[in-house]
Amino acid sequence: MTHSAPSIELHDHEQRWLAGESGEAMELAMKLIVSAAEVSGASELVAIEMAHLNSTHYSGQMSLDFAEMLLANKVTFAVPAHSNASVISCSSPEFRPEANDPITVAGARRVMEIYEELGCSAMWTCAPYQQPEGRASLGQHVIGSESNAVGFTNTVLGARTNKYGDLLDVAGALVGRVPMAGLHTDAGRRATEVFDVSALPAETTSDPNFPHLLGVVLGRAVHSGVAAVIGIDHLTEDELKAVTSAGAASGGIGLVHIVGVTPEAPTLEAAAQGAVPSRVSEITTDMLSGATDILTSATGDEPLRAVCVGTPHFSVAECIETVELLAGRHVASSVSFIVTTSRAVATELNLRGLDDAFAESGVELVLDTCSYYPPHPTGIDGLTLTNSAKWAYYAQGMLNVPIGFASLERCVESAVAGRWIR
Amino acid sequence: MTSDRTWLVSGPIAGTILRLDEPLSFWGGVDAAEGRIIDQAHPQYGTQFDGRVVVMPGTRGSSGTPGVLGETLRLGVGPSAIIVSTPDINLVAGSLTAAALYDTTCPVLLVGQSEFAALHDGDHIAISPETTTTKNQAL
Repeated sequence: MTHSAPSIELHDHEQRWLAGESGEAMELAMKLIVSAAEVSGASELVAIEMAHLNSTHYSGQMSLDFAEMLLANKVTFAVPAHSNASVISCSSPEFRPEANDPITVAGARRVMEIYEELGCSAMWTCAPYQQPEGRASLGQHVIGSESNAVGFTNTVLGARTNKYGDLLDVAGALVGRVPMAGLHTDAGRRATEVFDVSALPAETTSDPNFPHLLGVVLGRAVHSGVAAVIGIDHLTEDELKAVTSAGAASGGIGLVHIVGVTPEAPTLEAAAQGAVPSRVSEITTDMLSGATDILTSATGDEPLRAVCVGTPHFSVAECIETVELLAGRHVASSVSFIVTTSRAVATELNLRGLDDAFAESGVELVLDTCSYYPPHPTGIDGLTLTNSAKWAYYAQGMLNVPIGFASLERCVESAVAGRWIR
Repeated sequence: MTSDRTWLVSGPIAGTILRLDEPLSFWGGVDAAEGRIIDQAHPQYGTQFDGRVVVMPGTRGSSGTPGVLGETLRLGVGPSAIIVSTPDINLVAGSLTAAALYDTTCPVLLVGQSEFAALHDGDHIAISPETTTTKNQAL
């Protein structure tokens, strides 16, 4: 099988792109989409309505050279395109100082400039769904790339996307169509495994850590499969964000049906499209404790140096909760308290006067980026607490610091006290 | 078993096999400058690609795999070709994009389970998409 004879039907203009008649960028984009169709076994392409691009996150020289090629070819996106979080923060440049890693910081800045010039909206967030323009609707086909955004888009919004890796996300946004495969299809969205949480004590399921731990347990059990969860009838949007981000980080979950909560799962029968699996796995408190252990590398005896929350980017509601928990108190001078979020959420906080409340408590609001990956962020130089399973899961391999997983309330109380209150 | 072959990125494959026992995430798992596996949990931790034909089950996790594979190819420290047992678009995207930007070549071949099982670390392999000739000889 070769790429010169795709088995899928292409539009005339797509054939011309593939033949290189509109330049090397569109030729490459079309080649990537045709290859993706072959790899996934799709027999047709489907039109998408928006795209969230992880390629806007600098990942080395090729990500920059690719962006420069797009610019030189004067490409335009076929659909509204939104930027994922960057390596750097434009509002807090000292968070990843250029002097520490000049190539990466300069590269990240240039990649940001290029995608903005190409017309990609400057959201710079992993949670585009927290603002109206980036929020897909039920049944829409879209391009998602960042893993938590893929999970949220499929699970909570009921829009349809596979997880598109770097380059392929841009290719799809340029072409405007992607292979009709995987989570774009009805069959690909059917729950094939069922997990029951109904035997857990009420104090466990009402614990703020529960959605994160549930996500970790699911991710490790189903990898990238589609599961249904029964036995819980209410989760807030932020709690669902915790489930899907933890499930994506620990396993590769792109869609999980929470029966009675998420839009494609009014019933288990609906989530399983009439073919309910016979086996139901019970989730136990031991499994949740095991997940807690996975997320914690600290002994607890280390001096507390940092608290990192906002992975995925904090919502307005989570920022308000943090301000309320702080109740005007200042964090200890030995502790950096970092909240990562988007420009859109920061604007909302400013309108409500809540950015001042953060500043008065000594909390740093860092926009555009996240705190778990290198180059090493300023202020994270020892025991770090987080309320995010995703942060704890990734940071263990990326930042060389001891990590503790704790609820937002414990994070705040520990930051104020200057020591981890377990 | 050559009928089970699918050329995901076409091109001649020739070289010594580096067999990876588990899937690999290139982003976070590979040092692009050296073409070395730095995922401490991976069985081939510490190994360099060094122009070998990398035989692997597929990739894991991150969206960043295409960029890191492409970077190893740009720097000349990547695989000379990749043979997988499961279809993997991220390897294809990295290979095709590096080819477009830097004129590198890294064929990607999907093979059936029985052929995959017979590809041993250290063996020399030569496969061309034009012919079905396969040479397998221990070095």
